[in-house]
Amino acid sequence: MGDKKKQKMTPEQQQYQELEQKHELKRPVVKNCIKAFLVGGLICTIGQAITYFYIYFFNFTEQTAGNPTVATMIFLSMLLTGFGVYDHIGQFAGAGSAVPVTGFGNSVISAAIEHRTEGFVLGVGGNMFKLAGSVILFGVFAAFVVALVKTLLTMMGVL
Amino acid sequence: MLIGKQSWQFANKPVIESWGSSGGPFEAEGKLAADFDVLHDDLWMGEESYEKAHRVLLEEAIKSALQKGNFNKEDMQFMLAGDLINQITPTSFAARTMEIPYFGLFGACSTSMEGLALASFIVNYQGAKKTVTGASSHNSAAEKQFRYPTEYGGQKPPTAQWTVTGAGAAVLTDNPDKQGKIVTTSATIGKVVDMGISDPFNMGGAMAPAAADTISAHFKDLNREPSYYDLVVTGDLGRIGQATTYELLQQSGLEITKEQFKDCGLLIYNDDQPVQSGGSGAGCSASVLYGHLLNQMKNGVYKRILVVATGALLSPLSFQQNETIPCIAHAVSIEMN
Repeated sequence: MGDKKKQKMTPEQQQYQELEQKHELKRPVVKNCIKAFLVGGLICTIGQAITYFYIYFFNFTEQTAGNPTVATMIFLSMLLTGFGVYDHIGQFAGAGSAVPVTGFGNSVISAAIEHRTEGFVLGVGGNMFKLAGSVILFGVFAAFVVALVKTLLTMMGVL
Repeated sequence: MLIGKQSWQFANKPVIESWGSSGGPFEAEGKLAADFDVLHDDLWMGEESYEKAHRVLLEEAIKSALQKGNFNKEDMQFMLAGDLINQITPTSFAARTMEIPYFGLFGACSTSMEGLALASFIVNYQGAKKTVTGASSHNSAAEKQFRYPTEYGGQKPPTAQWTVTGAGAAVLTDNPDKQGKIVTTSATIGKVVDMGISDPFNMGGAMAPAAADTISAHFKDLNREPSYYDLVVTGDLGRIGQATTYELLQQSGLEITKEQFKDCGLLIYNDDQPVQSGGSGAGCSASVLYGHLLNQMKNGVYKRILVVATGALLSPLSFQQNETIPCIAHAVSIEMN
């Protein structure tokens, strides 16, 4: 809890929160990190295997194999979400299944399934990116900033 | 009759004539499955949306309560009920089906006892001969509104609670023959308490002070000792909220034992079900009381119980705007006459 937030609270509230903290169950951070590392690593290994698959069996290079790999991973994520498995993986793995592209797929697909009952346009269309929207926005913006910095550094002759 | 600062005593002892409950597939695997009148093996319950399934739950609970007491819906003067969904549509739509004059209530998860207190008050003062009251919640409908899509793979912290898919309803009458019947004798209406908790994944911790406040007020107003009751049962505090409330009560000097202090959210599921800190939702206290607990009273296990339903009065908007979580609790004492 931030100091600023604490200042706004009355002494009574602060006293209560100290009492409540004693009973609160803490997130098992170390255990969660290990699980996230293992599951996240497993997902990435599967992705790597799919990349090699496209390189060896189709005419893809290391540069061009990325797109079909991402598409395949999202397709798998879609199946697992649709069959109601991905949310259980998520509860177990945390960031391990949220950070890879499958987690991005899951956030889009779960929202689409959820709002199917409100119709295709206002339901699926309007809500599909309600979780992933901020990932896209800030992802694109961050890429723009990095590209800008690189361009400036190149122009100045640093790079 | 007003007694003390915030309590009512019901001199005419309204009779809880019959009760009914319904639940979903997850509740069917829980500890209290045998006490539900209707159990579904599918969250959709044959409907097109979770909100419609939510409506079906309440309709079924009311219908089984009516059926068990040999009542028709036309016999009921009023219906007092509520749920957690925006504008309490599942309950209002169920009221459309039931065609009973209707009060829609919102007290979040405290709605069950808000309804029972008001229904008792109305019946006690001859405002009605027969009323029906209840509350319901649906896990997926609540998740959809308050949290993330049901299939989203987010990790819930151990403080989180699992919204019960269930409904409970009871019929209150002014039956003059009260011998061997279950009656309501008093109610304490809680005030809104906010101790500055803002984490929506820690409802128990937020609601505990409200529960402790109402319980203390009840014993003060009625000038009773906790030993008067065989059981003081809270609605959906879960593991953290229950332990915290217990400590708050101990600090305030109430001599309440661990054996007589229970929580519906901890009674309903088996220990191996992945519900983190326990069950929650308006349907939690309603389905446990209007199923398991009243059945137990009928079988003579408990003679006097105090039911304290707690509610977190937040909305998805309010916590995104960094508001803390105001909470409330209402208590009703139920006795075997």
